[in-house]
Amino acid sequence: MNPLIVLILFLTACSGTIWNNPYPSGDSGKNILYNAFAERPKHLDPVQSYSSNEILFTAQIYQPPLQYHYLKRPFTFIPQTVNKMPVVQYFDEQGNLLPTDNESADIAYSVYELSLKQGIFYQPHPAFARGDQGEFLYHDLTREDLQRVFKLADFSQMSTRELLAEDYIYQIKRLAHPRLHSPIFGLMADYIVGLREYAETLRKEAGATPKDSHLDLRNFPLTGVEKVDDYTYRIKIKGKYPQFMYWLAMPFFSPIPWEADRFYAQAGLAKKNITLDWYPIGTGPYMLTENDPNRIMILERNPNFHVELFPSEGMPDDEEKGLLEDAGKPLPFIDKVIFSREKENIPRWNKFLQGYYDASGIGSDSFDQAVQFTGQGEATVTEAMMAQGIRLETAVAPSTYYIGFNMLDPVVGGRTEQEKKSARKLRQAISIAVDYEEYVSIFANGRGIPAQGPIPPGITGYREGKEGINSIVYKWQDGKAQRRTIEEAKRLLAEAGYPNGIDSKTGTPLVLYYDVTARSADDKSILDWMRKQFRKINIQLIVRSTDYNRFQDKIRKGNAQIFEWGWNADYPDPENFLFLLYGPQGKAGNNSGNNAANYDSAEYNRLFEQMEKMEDSPKREQIIARMVEILRQDAPWLWGYHPKDYALYHAWYKNVKTNKLSYNNMKYLRIDPVLREQKRREWNEPVIWPIGAAVTVLALSLVPGIIVYRRRQRTVGLRGAIA
Amino acid sequence: MLNYIIRRILYAIPILVGVNLITFTLFFVVNTPDDMARMHLGIKHVTDEAIVKWKQEHGYDKPLLYNTEAEGVAKLTSTIFYEKSVAMFVFDFGHADDGRDIAYEIKSRILPSLAIALPVFLLGLLTYITFALIMVFFRMTYIDFWSVVLCVALMSISSLFYIIGGQFLVSKLWHLVPISGYGSGLDAGRFLLLPVIIGVVSSAGANVRWYRTIFLEEMNKEYVRTARAKGLPESIVLFRHVLKNALIPIFTGAVVVVPLLFLGSLITESFFGIPGLGSYTIEAINSQDFAVVRAMVFLGSLLYIVGLILTDISYTLVDPRIKLE
Repeated sequence: MNPLIVLILFLTACSGTIWNNPYPSGDSGKNILYNAFAERPKHLDPVQSYSSNEILFTAQIYQPPLQYHYLKRPFTFIPQTVNKMPVVQYFDEQGNLLPTDNESADIAYSVYELSLKQGIFYQPHPAFARGDQGEFLYHDLTREDLQRVFKLADFSQMSTRELLAEDYIYQIKRLAHPRLHSPIFGLMADYIVGLREYAETLRKEAGATPKDSHLDLRNFPLTGVEKVDDYTYRIKIKGKYPQFMYWLAMPFFSPIPWEADRFYAQAGLAKKNITLDWYPIGTGPYMLTENDPNRIMILERNPNFHVELFPSEGMPDDEEKGLLEDAGKPLPFIDKVIFSREKENIPRWNKFLQGYYDASGIGSDSFDQAVQFTGQGEATVTEAMMAQGIRLETAVAPSTYYIGFNMLDPVVGGRTEQEKKSARKLRQAISIAVDYEEYVSIFANGRGIPAQGPIPPGITGYREGKEGINSIVYKWQDGKAQRRTIEEAKRLLAEAGYPNGIDSKTGTPLVLYYDVTARSADDKSILDWMRKQFRKINIQLIVRSTDYNRFQDKIRKGNAQIFEWGWNADYPDPENFLFLLYGPQGKAGNNSGNNAANYDSAEYNRLFEQMEKMEDSPKREQIIARMVEILRQDAPWLWGYHPKDYALYHAWYKNVKTNKLSYNNMKYLRIDPVLREQKRREWNEPVIWPIGAAVTVLALSLVPGIIVYRRRQRTVGLRGAIA
Repeated sequence: MLNYIIRRILYAIPILVGVNLITFTLFFVVNTPDDMARMHLGIKHVTDEAIVKWKQEHGYDKPLLYNTEAEGVAKLTSTIFYEKSVAMFVFDFGHADDGRDIAYEIKSRILPSLAIALPVFLLGLLTYITFALIMVFFRMTYIDFWSVVLCVALMSISSLFYIIGGQFLVSKLWHLVPISGYGSGLDAGRFLLLPVIIGVVSSAGANVRWYRTIFLEEMNKEYVRTARAKGLPESIVLFRHVLKNALIPIFTGAVVVVPLLFLGSLITESFFGIPGLGSYTIEAINSQDFAVVRAMVFLGSLLYIVGLILTDISYTLVDPRIKLE
């Protein structure tokens, strides 16, 4: 049968009038948020999960003790499951309590005391289900029991229990679990008292037990974490580490009930992918009810979620933007969030335009269709988008994309004092020549801010206006930062010993090497552009493209000369950027180092050590300003740019306040499903005439065949021969 | 025939070992166990200690092919190659490096792949053979000429164009079917309609021309002349005699790909959001997940060998002169 006829028959049988609706017709008009994801999350266990595509899910399910205020900027902590902000006490080596404003050098330990709110309960889960005698129903599953189980929902009994301090302690212990690979274990072992030794104890214990057996962490005390009572616990930190507060707002420090650990450790469940990595368990506003990461992931409202209200205060313009309309209302607003996997941009974008996704990012291929710039350079949606009621929200990401100079390299880093001096001028000259305003305009559709230093906007230490410019690269002119001229760059180059790009000692042209990871054909234009920037000051740039492994290898061995790199902030503190240039973090020969440029300045290092232990204060800001100035002078990086995220939202999408640091925002969002349904019907009315046209064309195409067939049937064989 | 099949199955074992060895060598020439650990642990805060722990936990802390420190047979068996390969021969694929069970993943993705690949294959075979026979029926006429022109035109267009164009016209402009997605049970039909039609149309040019060539070659054989001399109508000659005799080359091309249908299609599945196996291997290569790569290469080789055996068997069904001994 002709496929088009099949199509007609099939579509006629479909109920409803929207034929291209990818969702079940029963879901129409329901309070469901529709999202897309491209890359499947690898880990949903909060001890391992670190990528932003994973935190998108875990942040809605797990509740660390603290969270960021949804509306206030700069980012402000508020309690999440604790009833007040943690009390921090400082002690000296002898255990004497020190005043909070004591100089950091005297502080041997900091103790964080956290008191939980009472009455917070976990989502329904089989790990908590108990029988009549109080015994756990599913903690000793037999082979027969497992035959009937294929997913978590196959367990008929579910139950809950109250959140307790020991659940947070259990999770901190899991950071050191020998069979888990927490990305922050190394870092936390440097701070949490006894964590490194604890990992060793567990490793020995795990080695003495069968590979898949359950390691009950309750039996192994951790010295740095103490349970005060059922709702209070303390964490003991070495020295003073103010940034620890940020970690307390991340899923790594969420509670895990021991019952869940015991339940998931049972033999046979992992074979069915029933693990904590696949089925998280939390106290948050949502719970993961379907996890098919190749197709769909569904978050549904946690029926046991405790009372949490929409904030009633924010920034001055929040009320005007309608962000306080829901002030004081209980969270969450949305019943269900459906994430569909869309690997390709084109279908994702088209489904957004049809109203089947409620929000969308903007790919470079659809940028011109979606965004236009006003005369003042302000980005706004195009008229077509406006007609659909789509609005644009932008946010500068706490990230930086930069190009680093390897300071161990004799040419761009220098070995002797004299070489170092001339290499600094060379780096300064290149900093002027590589025009990031042009880069952002051409390759990022204007979605980025050329960086003045390592600290992005929104983070303490970033300064706007004249006082915030990098005076090596820019000058303040006509009320804005103007990049210095190529002549100035050439002058610096000559002072560096390369007049007109020629090495004055050897008389040979200056050749530099740019190490990048293997590029697709699409990136050729970026590399050509980069060569052109160096050519402006007569430097020949040779691109050395390798695969990711070899690139990493070169960086680790300190063999790269100029390289590209980037950094996404873990938390909104300048320390998280400035440590990337702290000398002891040098990456060459040090796997765990983060200073890929191997920059090492005695003054900078000293200031960093002073700054990292300080609370935010004007004095700290002064130190940061000095550190940034040292960096600008030394120019170990081309500061690159801070990307700006553009996202589009439909008219029915409410309460959006974008930020790129806190991810537990789904509970604040609200949609108008009635308006959405109305718009979907308006935008997706089926066009039937092409089906009729196609059938007609096919029918007509048979005509020549019939004519030729009939002619052939009437033809007398070998007429010519007889004649 | 049974002996023949048993012999072919036994031949398959050294082939599979060889394929496994080559995959292993190629993979570890590009990636070291340290690289794999870093890829899985991420860029931030990775310590030497964490890398060692990851390798121990995933069994990548041993020598690749030969363990000089071990004694006797253990020199060969206490290696990554042996430990990662042997279990596969009893279809125990183990876990991916992110902890997921590979067999579970393959099982859950194979059906969606088949849901597209099988209809495209069957519908395609039927359509291509029918059109090829019609073209042969109208050979030496302007219908045949223009049909060949159309086939060449169809062949010249990239399959990506059919997908993007099809989605644009049928789903975006006319709103007739969903652009992408997948449903379970009968609901899957409306998601599969467009990719199946596009799958059939995008391969039509090359396949119709191929089958037309096969049929034209048969048309010049003596039995066709005899059939015509007996006064049989052209349609009977074509559909009863020529088609039957052309089945061997058709089977040679078609049966061998049947098992490979299980492995899915990368581009079609990506664009239509079908949760199939098409991208599983590529994703594993990109994330340096050797466990998945070796499992999928093993499965691919195995299916190819099965396809070849099935092709041989199919010959005996269409040509009684062929006997497998």
